[in-house]
Amino acid sequence: MAEFTLPKNSRIKAGKHHPAKAGAKDIRTFRVYRWSPDDGENPRIDTYDVDMATCGPMVLDALIKIKNEIDPTLTFRRSCREGICGSCAMNIDGTNTLACTKAISDCGSGDVKINPLPHMSVVKDLVPDLTHFYAQLASVKPWLRSDTPPPPDRERLQSKEDRAKLDGLYECILCACCTTSCPSYWWNSERYLGPAVLLQAYRWIVDSRDEDTGTRLDELEDPFKLYRCHTIMNCARTCPKGLNPAKAIGEIKKLIVERAS
Amino acid sequence: MNARLRSPLKNALGLGSARAGSHHFVVQRLTAAALVLLGLWFVWIVLELLHLDYAGAHALVAQPCNAVLLLAFVTAVFWHAQLGLQVVIEDYVHTRGSQLLLQVAVKFLCFIGAAASVLAILKIALGR
Repeated sequence: MAEFTLPKNSRIKAGKHHPAKAGAKDIRTFRVYRWSPDDGENPRIDTYDVDMATCGPMVLDALIKIKNEIDPTLTFRRSCREGICGSCAMNIDGTNTLACTKAISDCGSGDVKINPLPHMSVVKDLVPDLTHFYAQLASVKPWLRSDTPPPPDRERLQSKEDRAKLDGLYECILCACCTTSCPSYWWNSERYLGPAVLLQAYRWIVDSRDEDTGTRLDELEDPFKLYRCHTIMNCARTCPKGLNPAKAIGEIKKLIVERAS
Repeated sequence: MNARLRSPLKNALGLGSARAGSHHFVVQRLTAAALVLLGLWFVWIVLELLHLDYAGAHALVAQPCNAVLLLAFVTAVFWHAQLGLQVVIEDYVHTRGSQLLLQVAVKFLCFIGAAASVLAILKIALGR
């Protein structure tokens, strides 16, 4: 059965408080999830008072400031700091999003709560284990599959209309915000592919240059891989790029019905 | 331990695609659409039945049009319920034995419920 309480070693305890330096006037408090695999301790919430007068506007700026100036043990992923790499996906103020594109001023009036992406194994602090997520992506073979070789002197051509079908799909940066916001994925991640991977699958199904459409649909037509989507719509609500994975999943379901009728 | 020694891709692929699920998806929507219409009619007939005595209620249900719609309604209800409960169990029950037991129990109970309802309606409609 589904478990409704956390096991004892996962219960979150109060952690350390790191006050701001004397003289700081514009203080914002960040409540950050901490867990280390090395010390055998339960996870805890550390609080950091950050002087906003010397901090950049985004949540990632605050995290980097905390790591540089207050607590170098804080662990998180980040790379591009402009919403294109997807590394700094985490749960901020109750919503999965990218720390680099989430403004601190948009985080409500109280403390800024920062947790790792929900329902994933934690590697350390804000770093989730995305091994299974990436393996699921690999399982749909997200690349052009075509028996017809490309013309020797040019690229494969595509009409403007067909190219337009990829809009709203190609922008996905695979940050896993949508997949880890999906309750269906929480309960059945072993078998359900989740919104991000299904959006990627649809990106190739709808590509006019791909010739493996039938096989792709065959591989998705499964009660768990595809049909665990119950249109909860958390994916569309949380996507930091403004995409709609639920719509892509709906389109896959429509195509499967279409080819049978 | 087994899962950890297998490659992540092996775990993700599992037993592969069942090549099934679309029929369940279509029938669940068909029965839902039918229930929207039949549900409205069912509310109407329940409101009518409230004002009638036993003989009047018997006569109303025995009318061929009402009996057929009632048969369609209970069939759609139990069919849709079975499909929906199947998904709920798949979602939340992860112990293999309990899942199998519940899935079979739901199918049996829905069939028994549908059969009993159909028999009751037919008895009234055929006047026995």
